[in-house]
Amino acid sequence: MSALKIKKGATSHSAYNLRPNFSDVEERHTLAVLVENEPGVLARVIGLFAGRGYNIESLTVAEVDHTGHQSRITIVTIGTPQTINQICAQLGRIVTVHEVHDLTVEGRAVERELALFKVAGKGDDRMEMLRLADVFRANVVDSTLESFTFEITGTSEKIDAFADLMRPIGLVEMARTGIAALSRGEV
Amino acid sequence: MSAKTMTGAKMVVQALIDQGVDTVFGYPGGAVLPIYDEIFQQNSIKHILVRHEQGAVHAAEGYARSTGKVGVALVTSGPGATNAVTGLTDALMDSIPIIVLTGQVPTFMIGSDAFQEADTVGITRPCTKHNWLVKETDQLSGVIHEAFHVATSGRPGPVLVDIPKDVQFASGSYNKAQPAKSHYQPQVKGDIDGITDLVTAIEKAKKPLFYTGGGVINSGPAASQLLRELVEATGFPITSTLMGLGAYPASGDKWIGMLGMHGLYEANMAMHDCDLMINIGARFDDRITGVIEKFSPNSIKAHIDIDPSSINKVIRTDIAIIGDVAHVLEDLLKVWKSRGRKTNAEKVGKWWDEITTWKKINCLAYTQDKKTIKPQHALARLEALTKDRKDRYITTEVGQHQMWAAQYLGFEDPNHWMTSGGLGTMGYGHPASIGVQMAHPDALVINIAGEASWLMNMQEMGTAVQYRLPVKQFILNNERLGMVRQWQELLHGERYSSSWSESLPDFVKLAEAFGAKGILCSDPADLDDAIMEMINHDGPVIFDCLVEKHENCFPMIPSGKAHNDMLLGDADTQGVIDAKGSVLV
Repeated sequence: MSALKIKKGATSHSAYNLRPNFSDVEERHTLAVLVENEPGVLARVIGLFAGRGYNIESLTVAEVDHTGHQSRITIVTIGTPQTINQICAQLGRIVTVHEVHDLTVEGRAVERELALFKVAGKGDDRMEMLRLADVFRANVVDSTLESFTFEITGTSEKIDAFADLMRPIGLVEMARTGIAALSRGEV
Repeated sequence: MSAKTMTGAKMVVQALIDQGVDTVFGYPGGAVLPIYDEIFQQNSIKHILVRHEQGAVHAAEGYARSTGKVGVALVTSGPGATNAVTGLTDALMDSIPIIVLTGQVPTFMIGSDAFQEADTVGITRPCTKHNWLVKETDQLSGVIHEAFHVATSGRPGPVLVDIPKDVQFASGSYNKAQPAKSHYQPQVKGDIDGITDLVTAIEKAKKPLFYTGGGVINSGPAASQLLRELVEATGFPITSTLMGLGAYPASGDKWIGMLGMHGLYEANMAMHDCDLMINIGARFDDRITGVIEKFSPNSIKAHIDIDPSSINKVIRTDIAIIGDVAHVLEDLLKVWKSRGRKTNAEKVGKWWDEITTWKKINCLAYTQDKKTIKPQHALARLEALTKDRKDRYITTEVGQHQMWAAQYLGFEDPNHWMTSGGLGTMGYGHPASIGVQMAHPDALVINIAGEASWLMNMQEMGTAVQYRLPVKQFILNNERLGMVRQWQELLHGERYSSSWSESLPDFVKLAEAFGAKGILCSDPADLDDAIMEMINHDGPVIFDCLVEKHENCFPMIPSGKAHNDMLLGDADTQGVIDAKGSVLV
């Protein structure tokens, strides 16, 4: 993890311009953290964010390897590149954290979120809801005469867009899972 | 490895023995009685009964820092555990390997707000490197062995094992070592590309400077030896943080003194003006950097650290090498030698000329009159009368006396200087001196204290007397919270809010009440004799040294200022810190 690679035969001039060029612009990064599935491990991760003042935009956690006792925590966070580097390094210090991947840096990742929407409405509103659900490929998972419950999967932006459309019609309640993400391509 | 069956309580003692532990500092209580019962029935491990759990943890820290081994403390549940929190945080900040074993209410009562129940692993999660609640006796020995591994591997730190009382009573199988190879294996070898980059920078540097820290000491004696070899071979000047004192000898001719807020003028000027800063096992703490924007603006910064999170945390690093100091320095020396041991000797010679000019300022000068002992003088005399003793160990409390001790005492070897650096824990030094003395029974162990800090853990005098530990409590008594008073003078218009130590005890009588010796000294003419009397007394001593009450600790980089903008002695202290600087601590 050498911060810079001076090329062989670097001049003295180049040796004075080595600083990594950290920007002050805040970026959104998706981190995948593979942890030992033991009591308190989530508290360690969340406590790190709270204690050091980092942001958590969304957080998803579930066991992914039962025999290997591993869980995967997917965290979306916002910070300057320096802060994001620091978050990854701090996560890496936790004894029960096995791997930390900054999926945003490692290449575009597949990111998906699942959400449930309960939307109330009568008459034409019901038709409009179903039309929009069709466009967004959302499924009806429950219905009453005065409401539908939709299930939708996609990027967070897609779910935001669906929510924006449903809200004026009669969005009552929404539950979101937070992001699950995997890096694209080969292993 | 054949597993033996035994009770959890016996496992604790057996695991400590197998890990080579000879001393445990602790305080019994309901939830650890089974372990105390096992301690009673064996002779391999000495148990030192402290007077407060905070004392146990600081004593374990003192033991660890003066030996390089793991310090162990044993306390009960609830208040026993919460009293250990300050010590744990202190050890975390200063990267000290200690293990704290806490009793816990039985597993079936956890969560019921039982008597002396506290969520110990919850409370100590942010102030330990790692902690465990053991719910099965079969897992206990494995966890304790893993705890030793975690405490000492990578960047050392405190760990805690919380053991419910029913787990202590129940029987299970004991494993002599870790059941499986631990997942926790920090990188110790430095990346060769980074090392080569640093060699290139060393070869070209005109104004190089070694800036070393506690990481060198934590890495072990080999690291200090390699550092000395590197410094002598390159001829570069070396400064150190408070935590790193002794890694390079104070008598060495490349030594330019401690740097930082109360560091030496020459060290801070060199830090500001250098063109290559080689940070070895230090972490760019805010006491070192001052205001970031003005920190050493023209230097290439190389950083050797075992903890990846230290890199670029505060200061942007140009050359980062993650690894153990000893491993990295060994490789660095190899590469540098193989490339012909080159430095820019001519330019480095000129750099030394500049440093010599700064040294002539003589920033530690003070005027000692015939009437009142200056605190600096007390320490200068203590240094003169004890510096030839290789077995001298110094601990300190926190405040002005601590900074003066760092300035006026010279340390020739690592592990001889124990002070609370990161957390700045008043009350650290006295129990730490007890831990040091336990590890080195025949050594001269001196705790340099202020009267206010010392009172924070004065109860440990009972421990010193009980175990006949001849610790010397050298109290610079100015009847003030000196550093608070100094900041109030600098920042708050000389309004000395609650910084006067009213109603102080008579320290000589206090010593006698504990069964120790008390010495009072107020006349500069008596100082040497009094110090010798303290040293020659075979037993614990409280030395009440009445010093000048309004002395300020200089040099000082005022908050918000750069390294080349220091206050020296007799400086005008009014209005030197602006509004922006005054919010900094």
